[in-house]
Amino acid sequence: MKKKWIALTLFSITAILLAGCDNPLLIFDPKGPQARTLSSTILFSIAMMAGILFVVYVLYTFVLVKYRASKLPDDYEPPHEEGNKWLEIIWTTIPVIIVVILSVITVSSTSTVEQKSVAYADQKPVVIYASSSNWKWHFSYPEEGIETVNYVNFPANRPIEFRLYSYGPITSFWIPQLAGQKYAMSDMVTKIHMSADVPGSFMGKNSNFSGKGFAQMEFEAQSLSDADYKEWVNDVKTTAPKLTEDEFDDLLKAEHVGRKTYSSNHLEFRPAPEGEHSGHHHGGATSTDDQHEGHEDMDMDMDMDMDMDMDMDMDMDMDMDHDAH
Amino acid sequence: MKWDEFFVTGEPMIYAAMVSIVVVSLAIPIALTYFKKWNWLWTNWLTTVDHKKIGVMYILAALLMLFRGGVDALLMRAQTAIPDNGLLDGQHYNEIFTTHGVIMILFMAMPFIIGLMNVVIPLQIGARDVAFPRLNAVSFWLFFAGAMLFNISFVIGGSPDAGWSAYFPLASLEFSPTVGNNYYSIALQIAGIGTLLTGINFLVTILKMRAPGMTLMKMPMFTWSVLITNVIIVFAFPVLTVALALMTLDRQFGTQFFAMQSGGMDMLWANLFWVWGHPEVYIVILPAFGIYSEIISTFARKNLYGYKSMVVSMVAISLLSFVVWAHHFYTMGHGVMVNSVFSITTMAIAIPTGVKIFNWLFTLRKGKISFTTPMLYALAFIPIFTIGGVTGVMLAMASADYQYHNTMFLVAHFHYVLIPGTVFGVIAGFHFWFPKVFGFMLNEKLGKLSFWFITISFNVTFFPLFILGLNGMTRRMYTYSESTGYGALNMLSMVGALGLTIGFIILVYNIYWSVRYSPRNIKGDPWDARSLEWSTHSPVPEYNFALIPTVNKLDAHWFAKKEGKPLATGKYEPIHMPNNSGLPVIMGAAFFLWGFFMVFSWWIPAIVLGVVILGTLAYRSFEKDHGRYISVEEIERTENALRGEQHEN
Repeated sequence: MKKKWIALTLFSITAILLAGCDNPLLIFDPKGPQARTLSSTILFSIAMMAGILFVVYVLYTFVLVKYRASKLPDDYEPPHEEGNKWLEIIWTTIPVIIVVILSVITVSSTSTVEQKSVAYADQKPVVIYASSSNWKWHFSYPEEGIETVNYVNFPANRPIEFRLYSYGPITSFWIPQLAGQKYAMSDMVTKIHMSADVPGSFMGKNSNFSGKGFAQMEFEAQSLSDADYKEWVNDVKTTAPKLTEDEFDDLLKAEHVGRKTYSSNHLEFRPAPEGEHSGHHHGGATSTDDQHEGHEDMDMDMDMDMDMDMDMDMDMDMDMDHDAH
Repeated sequence: MKWDEFFVTGEPMIYAAMVSIVVVSLAIPIALTYFKKWNWLWTNWLTTVDHKKIGVMYILAALLMLFRGGVDALLMRAQTAIPDNGLLDGQHYNEIFTTHGVIMILFMAMPFIIGLMNVVIPLQIGARDVAFPRLNAVSFWLFFAGAMLFNISFVIGGSPDAGWSAYFPLASLEFSPTVGNNYYSIALQIAGIGTLLTGINFLVTILKMRAPGMTLMKMPMFTWSVLITNVIIVFAFPVLTVALALMTLDRQFGTQFFAMQSGGMDMLWANLFWVWGHPEVYIVILPAFGIYSEIISTFARKNLYGYKSMVVSMVAISLLSFVVWAHHFYTMGHGVMVNSVFSITTMAIAIPTGVKIFNWLFTLRKGKISFTTPMLYALAFIPIFTIGGVTGVMLAMASADYQYHNTMFLVAHFHYVLIPGTVFGVIAGFHFWFPKVFGFMLNEKLGKLSFWFITISFNVTFFPLFILGLNGMTRRMYTYSESTGYGALNMLSMVGALGLTIGFIILVYNIYWSVRYSPRNIKGDPWDARSLEWSTHSPVPEYNFALIPTVNKLDAHWFAKKEGKPLATGKYEPIHMPNNSGLPVIMGAAFFLWGFFMVFSWWIPAIVLGVVILGTLAYRSFEKDHGRYISVEEIERTENALRGEQHEN
């Protein structure tokens, strides 16, 4: 029966590997440098973990086959064993070494994916604000002055910097084939870097449970060639309607809306919670500027206290903003 | 509030549940009256302070909750088995996965562990009861009140729907306006206080009440694991108490600790929740490690290999469990530095855990392994839990977690840890210690049959979820379109879930069969085991040990059997025992009603019940109850009866 069990496991593992060949699983089918780093990190860790499983399973099978009571003589008395210092040191040291290796990989891959890819280091990133509200995604392009809902277009072969926040519950912004996910929260802006190597359409979604309509909170992320992207932006600017404050409020209230396109964006009248508008863990995206003025000093204090917790980039931005005022 | 808001309406399943609840709650008192069992129930069970009976009640409640959480699980698997399925709507699905999580962790795994702890620990350390028997009863009734309060939510008022982690601002009044999350905060609070009291009680019991000669390093491994677990409880549960209190204030008294406006910090809730929640994972897994250590050494007929390193590993795990909580939100954006620190501490837990796995394997080596039902669970635990462990290391890598976070991969991982760890552990312990408590064995054939169903189906249910996660399927999605390609594996998982159901039905049938047909004349030590609990009779008399054993080494009972020398000698003396008390159950009932009124913000009855609770406390502090003595004659009578019965056959 034990063998059947092991066979079952081996079968399942083979099944994944086979699945990886003709129809790759989403996260093993990266289309940009950040996702590629993650994919290879994961594959490396799987290989390492398979090694550990192999050692445990071999030992396990060996002891179960050899020391079952039915195979041993009736008068066999198991010995009294307190333990063995050297053996115990070995099976403490080897995991320590494994953890050290994995730690190095984790730290380096985390810092790699948390910034602009080296391949596109010389280019200025395209900044797109992505904010969530029940149950939709708003994409604002500060440079182009346009806004879309539930779909996002961006140029391929360019570094893209998404800045995330939320008008409601915490959501998690995720385009598996381009980069790992990150939370969007109401009181601060988080950043996610990605680039697409090729033009194409990718599935994007919220992966953090946010209530009733959560399952439908998907969007299409499309990378376009430079020319196509420019054409699309021009098109939007000339043909799409402007986004008024009233219309934006209606959008926030609505539960589900399809795709929308506007030739202006909400950042003008409802700025993101960053810089002087940052709640920075206290105060929300919904609070108005007036309410916030008085908290300016408190913000500074909080910064000093909370430096440890914060993303370094964010703090730098904050300080610069404060200096500017 | 209108009646149709008070009762949950509109779903045939809910109506069926209501009917069955009414039928059962009428049937119980009618049956009790008809068979004239009220008095028996009151004196033998409801007012008991005997740790063994309290343990049995914990386990019964846990089995009941396993059924409730299992039905939730089945409905979830059924809903997602087919793309675009319309069995449940989004709201209903959200309530079900929320209650599934809360019930399985807090009202199934925890009480099952605490139940076994109650039954076994005093016996294993050679004590006559726990340090505070009356407090122990209070703990149980608080847990029970919390569990029942949480359970009625799905017919009265609506269940919580913000996930078992209840992240703000989703769980705030603004986004969850029904009373569902009030049930969450109040019911967990009541049960949590009970657990905290248990923690203190068992800490004192183990530290102060061990048999003469039993130094810390001569304690059985299960006792060690429980000692460490209770240290974790005492440090972790106050955090939950505070977090839930702040949640109650936010939801019902208009404060803004976690909510979005006026400076509330949503991630503060996440931090507080996981500062408690991560150690909680080890609260339910460490005692299981202890159970496996007992079972593996018993059925390999060998002492536990590397006893000292086992103890050291558990202490290390308990310390590390407090410094890894932020791995639950690597994606919050707290930067490379913080993520790296938490990655490394998280991965470090794999080291002591690995040490334990190898120690178990080396306990088996050169042993003489017999495949009893509890041993089968312990053996299945090793390879399956290792999969859970290595996927845990994968998840611990912050960068990689950006891809796994909130996906089915995570769901698969923690089921691969919690089911072979905790669930197999408590079932193994249940089969192992059942004869100790009841004086007869569970049927081995049925036990093994249900084992194979459970083990194989478990893998069929949860392995596909790893693949689904790597393919981008997020957790808590009540529906998905066919184009995602998630359908086939979800269907496979549903098939596995049905297999698990069959396994658990066989397990319950086994209890029924054994109660009716199992032979009763077992000796005190039917498994030929190693630790002190097996040196007294089965079933255990009220006072546990007629004579307190003296211990001079680890596995003293085993060596006493070998050498043919009894552990305890001397003359019987009168034994001092605590009296039964109705106060704990009355207090539990008062807490239940208080909680109910609190949930609905009905302040006046809530205040009245609050006064009743304080009244029970005040009454207790003025009560003069010095317990009673069991006379020497009565001890002789009991001992002779237990011995006589065993000599007959």
